[in-house]
Amino acid sequence: MSFATRGFSGRRREADTRLPPGQTLVQDWPVLSAGPTPQVDTADWELTLQDETGADHRWSWDELLALGVEDITVDIHCVTHWTRLDMAWRGVSLDKLFEDVESEHEFVMAHSYGGYTSNLPLEDLLDGKAWIATEADGAPLTPEHGGPARLLVPHLYFWKSAKWIRGLTMMPDNDAGFWEQYGYHLYGDPWKEERYW
Amino acid sequence: MTDHLDGNVLAGALSEVFTTDVTAARARCGGCGRMSAIAEAMVYTSAPGLVARCAGCDQVLATIVDAGDRLILSLAGLSAIELRR
Repeated sequence: MSFATRGFSGRRREADTRLPPGQTLVQDWPVLSAGPTPQVDTADWELTLQDETGADHRWSWDELLALGVEDITVDIHCVTHWTRLDMAWRGVSLDKLFEDVESEHEFVMAHSYGGYTSNLPLEDLLDGKAWIATEADGAPLTPEHGGPARLLVPHLYFWKSAKWIRGLTMMPDNDAGFWEQYGYHLYGDPWKEERYW
Repeated sequence: MTDHLDGNVLAGALSEVFTTDVTAARARCGGCGRMSAIAEAMVYTSAPGLVARCAGCDQVLATIVDAGDRLILSLAGLSAIELRR
């Protein structure tokens, strides 16, 4: 008898250890939005990476995909207390975008179509920790979920994974983005419950 | 699908801050200069906080973040609010 109960509680324990403090498991994918949903066609979409030299690095939709799209399976933690485990994504690693970028600056502001922003340390975007995501749950990202492309930084609260991404700007200081100005934490580590200022 | 509500949904949270019902007050958008009642703002509630935007130009007028034992209010997008005595 003890075998059966141990197996059950073992699965429970595994789920619990993957759930940051204050989070609740969900199976669906809630839509959160701080404004109107931009409708951006991939034919018009462009991603710009700006460094302090003034040189812009630009990718069209096809140029982005040509860098190499990879499969990503990660847990997602939203600051509004929901967590989804083992979510399947596809996207381009930010390591590929930053390959030819020389910068002394240690911080990045993510800019979105529609005006949303979020700030991140550069080191949190490199070494396989962040992507420009184009697909989730086996389908292209819909506009409600940030399509055609959103930033994906799964080790931080999900507001950092800016929807409708259109640009990354290198910054000398860790200036606050949209929610970071209005009360949310400058970094946002879900395991330390860094929700608010 | 309507993705936002009108400014009346701010009444509860703002009553923690102001002594009068501010949703009836007129305010000026710091972006386009439009004068309108707070109740006419477009408020996005399915978000990590309440986000009130100008019905004329979409600029963020006000945000309210419920931080548990704290309420964090920004009125940075408004240039002025008219409070009647």
